[in-house]
Amino acid sequence: MYKSLEELCRIEKETGKPFWKIVQEDDCKERGITEAASFVQMRGMYEAMKYADEHYDEKLKSASGLVGTEGKKMMEARAAGTLLCGDFIGKVMEKALKTSESNACMKRIVAAPTAGSCGVVPAVFLSVQEERGFSEECMVEALYVAAGIGGVIASRAFLSGAAGGCQAEIGSASAMAAGGVAYLLGGSATEIANAAALALKSLIGLACDPVAGLVEVPCVKRNVLGAVNAMTSADMTMAGIFSKIPPDEVIDAMRSVGRSMSEDIRETGKGGLAGTPTGVEISERMSQLT
Amino acid sequence: MNLLDIIGPVMVGPSSSHTAGAVKIGRVSRKLLAEPVKDAKIYFHGSFQATGKGHGTDKALIAGLLGMAVDDPEIPNSFAVAENEGMTFIIEGIDLGDVHPNSVKMYLTGVSGRTLEVVAASIGGGQIQICELDGLSANFSGDYPTLIVNNVDQPGHVTEVATMLAKESINIGTMQIYRTGRGGNAVMVIECDGEVPAESIAWLESREGILKVTYLSMQEV
Repeated sequence: MYKSLEELCRIEKETGKPFWKIVQEDDCKERGITEAASFVQMRGMYEAMKYADEHYDEKLKSASGLVGTEGKKMMEARAAGTLLCGDFIGKVMEKALKTSESNACMKRIVAAPTAGSCGVVPAVFLSVQEERGFSEECMVEALYVAAGIGGVIASRAFLSGAAGGCQAEIGSASAMAAGGVAYLLGGSATEIANAAALALKSLIGLACDPVAGLVEVPCVKRNVLGAVNAMTSADMTMAGIFSKIPPDEVIDAMRSVGRSMSEDIRETGKGGLAGTPTGVEISERMSQLT
Repeated sequence: MNLLDIIGPVMVGPSSSHTAGAVKIGRVSRKLLAEPVKDAKIYFHGSFQATGKGHGTDKALIAGLLGMAVDDPEIPNSFAVAENEGMTFIIEGIDLGDVHPNSVKMYLTGVSGRTLEVVAASIGGGQIQICELDGLSANFSGDYPTLIVNNVDQPGHVTEVATMLAKESINIGTMQIYRTGRGGNAVMVIECDGEVPAESIAWLESREGILKVTYLSMQEV
């Protein structure tokens, strides 16, 4: 996998190959498979994302009872036309809630990059596809773009809350989704990298502080944050707004912030929201279940 | 890590370490037992014990022991499936000491009476480590065909196993050797680049000084 977004931008300039193709060729080389086989597998991921969205069960609650049915509430508010954010962003929010609630309720999802952040990329991609009518092929290409960005973040920093806090999960997912949308909107590699940088910058420092250690509170709602942040980052990019800090340096900053985070806010369920009186009370109630 | 670990895997939630990893531990253990599980005694340690209920770690592990994959929609119903298939189990907490927080110890009995004791850990992102087998250190990932040979600690057994693999043109990826003490029980853990044929395993089992051969195949259960 590539270790820098700058390198991907340089290869695009030198060869004229699109960002997604460079990522795909690297995948084929690493795994010793054909481009066609790689594409079929990536398409399978997109189909699984779509399946999870379409098969949301609006009655399900998680084992703890903390989450479930929020996607339905958002769907109803959207249908009523009461959302200040408008229908499109409403849809992004609804889909982010649905997929991450499905995850919390033990349904099948696609980790992207993690299970805790699984709602971000599908919420953004499925909403943009419905809005602009992109072909399935285009969407799979955009998934390669997202995966390429995630690969660079994995190489330079981390993708798990235990290693680097929520910024590494929701932050990375948001950067991946933003880059994918920039590609769909006709962005070059430089614009893709910029959209990722803008998304990640806004989430640097986000703690991983799940109540009772479960992937529920605040994880489900943070998927909404990550998805909406991806949309605004892609739009800013295509409007010509650029990050003053280069994308690779933004990733390095995320890494150094993660390194300096206390263990209490790295998926241990001790600090942050988990450590509030209510968080502790919920945790005690849950431990009596086991 | 490859590209489909970034977008992917397709899995049943909610947690790659506490759910998908637990399924994988169960699935690999069932393969190591080399037959369907009749009874399982399961002891959760650390974070598995503390947050396992909320993450469905118990259901996930049983699903794996039944042979389900990490994306099987039946994972949440695994207790009912176990009952239907006549598999019995108990789940309790344990303190295994200074081990990975997401660890589990299991005593498995297969339908023909074969037994296996496993200590395994889910180390993040759905990756696992089999830490101990039958009380001896192991340390392998379950991602490669793995041959585990328990033998009397005496000269010649490593050569015997390596020669057999060379004869079958199987390349060794990693190899570890442990023993309880000089002249005691020893174990070889060999991760291979290819599948070891059943005849070769049977041949090894028949050799003097070889106490037990356990094999993890990558082929479907």
